[in-house]
Amino acid sequence: MKIALMGQPNSGKSTIFNDVAGYKAVTSNFPGKTVEYTLTKFSLFGQTIELVDLPGTYSLTSFDLAELEARKYLLKGNVDVVINVIDASLLSRSLELTLQLLELKLPMVVCLNMIDEAERKGIKIDIEKLSKILGVPVVSAIALKGKGVKELFSVAYKIGEEKRIGKTLNFSKDVEKIIDQLSAQIKEKQITQEFNVPIRFLALKYLENDSYFMENFKDIEKDIFRKINYFQNLLKEVHGRPPDVVISSERHHLSMNIYESVVSLTKPHTSLIDNLDNIFMHPIFGYVFLGLILYLFFNLVFTVGKMVEEPLLDYFYGIIPLIERSIDAETLLFSVISGIIQGLAGGIAIVLPYLFPFLFGLAILEDLGYLPRIAFLLDAFLHKIGLHGKAIIPFMLGYGCTVPAIMATRILESERDRFIASVLATMIPCAARMTIIFALVAFYISPQAALAVYILDIIVIIISGKILSHLLPEITPGMILEIPSYHTPSLKVVLAKTWLRMKEFIFVAWPLLIVGSTILSLLQYYKTDMLINNFFSPLSSLLGLPLVVGTTLIFGILRKELSMLMLIQAIGTSNVAAVMSTTQIMTFTIFIIFYIPCVATIAVLWREIGTKRTFFTIAFTFVVAIILATITRFVY
Amino acid sequence: MNITLDLIKEGQKVKVVDIYGGWGIRQRLGCLGIHPGDIITVRKSAIMRGPILISIHGNQVALGRGIAKKILVEVIE
Repeated sequence: MKIALMGQPNSGKSTIFNDVAGYKAVTSNFPGKTVEYTLTKFSLFGQTIELVDLPGTYSLTSFDLAELEARKYLLKGNVDVVINVIDASLLSRSLELTLQLLELKLPMVVCLNMIDEAERKGIKIDIEKLSKILGVPVVSAIALKGKGVKELFSVAYKIGEEKRIGKTLNFSKDVEKIIDQLSAQIKEKQITQEFNVPIRFLALKYLENDSYFMENFKDIEKDIFRKINYFQNLLKEVHGRPPDVVISSERHHLSMNIYESVVSLTKPHTSLIDNLDNIFMHPIFGYVFLGLILYLFFNLVFTVGKMVEEPLLDYFYGIIPLIERSIDAETLLFSVISGIIQGLAGGIAIVLPYLFPFLFGLAILEDLGYLPRIAFLLDAFLHKIGLHGKAIIPFMLGYGCTVPAIMATRILESERDRFIASVLATMIPCAARMTIIFALVAFYISPQAALAVYILDIIVIIISGKILSHLLPEITPGMILEIPSYHTPSLKVVLAKTWLRMKEFIFVAWPLLIVGSTILSLLQYYKTDMLINNFFSPLSSLLGLPLVVGTTLIFGILRKELSMLMLIQAIGTSNVAAVMSTTQIMTFTIFIIFYIPCVATIAVLWREIGTKRTFFTIAFTFVVAIILATITRFVY
Repeated sequence: MNITLDLIKEGQKVKVVDIYGGWGIRQRLGCLGIHPGDIITVRKSAIMRGPILISIHGNQVALGRGIAKKILVEVIE
């Protein structure tokens, strides 16, 4: 049996999902898209249940990439039961999606999640009455505490067995009349077969002028198209508003009516949490706290990282001399083994000390509900580089790993915004590049110099953003972002999120790191590295770097942190300062940070923004890197 | 008197009169419970012509200035 979780963003879908799935969750992409959904399998009443967590969706009439994919998934028709998860404290608004899901005529269960939160807000819901009105079972739950989840799934299972569908709720008479007439036309022309949806649903989508259903019209006679136009105009004339507004207002009123008949309001208990926004979103203190929180956050990640990294690396590098005792250092086998060990160590030195604490901390901020507040505070600044507040979320992720950062750009509505945010995200120093800044600049020059690199990076991103938005001068549609109430993060959800994001690095990037490191060992064994170095000599001499640096640049494309490992391998000592001056170290670091994104990033870029724009990004970052590194050489 | 939402001061309560803007913006605002006739309270206004924070049906929503400019409202208190 296949069960899909469907609900508005922040309704707690993922909490319910993680309660069942734990670490068995698998991320999947919708075909051809970078939009993800998670699925898991578990056993219930002796049957295997496949549970799908679809992206948060406000409505079935939408234009956001993730929402469209979620809808398509439901329309494909192999879902046995839909669990509509609702934030009970936002019942009236949430019911609008519920009404649309009922139009799909799929077996369904409504889950009133966060029922405790609703009661705190003084909203008491008559569950039986609501269930009677909708014609589907309604189960209350507090997913964060695991309450009601078991009951929810056993009810869902029963509904799936019975294939019971809910009621169709009617709009006002004149609107219903138009829907009926259009439905009759659709039935006559047998269009629904093409989309595999109920007739009434399709009629509504046509009246709403839904682009997906309108555009996939091609093969159908022009005749029905004229009829749709006629009915749309009829609605417009009678109500004096565009037809899509008429339909959404109808749903809105219906939801409000249901809400009023099932809810009794009592006095809300206000708590300290409700007043937090007076500080966190304050025009002055908001920024003070933002600075403080980010400072503490990064400081904590760096401190933890440093504490863990050094002993870990010492341990790994300690293995190499041990192997040398049994295998001759001049043999091919030794080259391969030491290459593999260095690749493994490089990955571990990034994942455990830096990437994990970073993603873990970010997931906590996310679950608390702080990220939308950051988007609010920084919206005005991001407008200056042609984006809006929501772009801060991919940028923050970029400090962990560029791959999930680029995937996160899908929360932006316009294609242009996604493109600009993707290019800029590649220039944010990820955990891999962070290790380079730390190991080279902070270690050999000074921690202040490392901080200066970070500040320079932000300045370069701002300038690049200005250039890109100048090249693509479309005005961003502006931010429309829900600011959810604060929630206590659940450890289970935070860990699951961290793990899902870390997987990208562990399974895509790390193997590349090991392979790359082994190839370099082989190149050195066969003494071909000098050829590559000579080939790159114009570049290394332009930047004033030692000739041996050439090979490391190629490997930086495989994985950024490889460049540093390679540098140490290539110059033959781990004391970089003995071979390179501080200017050279700085130039090298600056070049590595900006030039050409790593292979894993290129792969995601290619999927996300297409071939042409990926090539543009590569060229753009390369030019930026050369300019900056040359300036560094002469100025620093 | 009807004015656009971006001009409303913090703490004021308004009623939505009309939404200028295309299909996409109307739908997105509708999803968050903002339709003509709904009551909005302006909670916060960010500096540097940043977004405004409104409360609608017991929920908070941030709207960029450009969006707020497209919402015509009537001050009720």
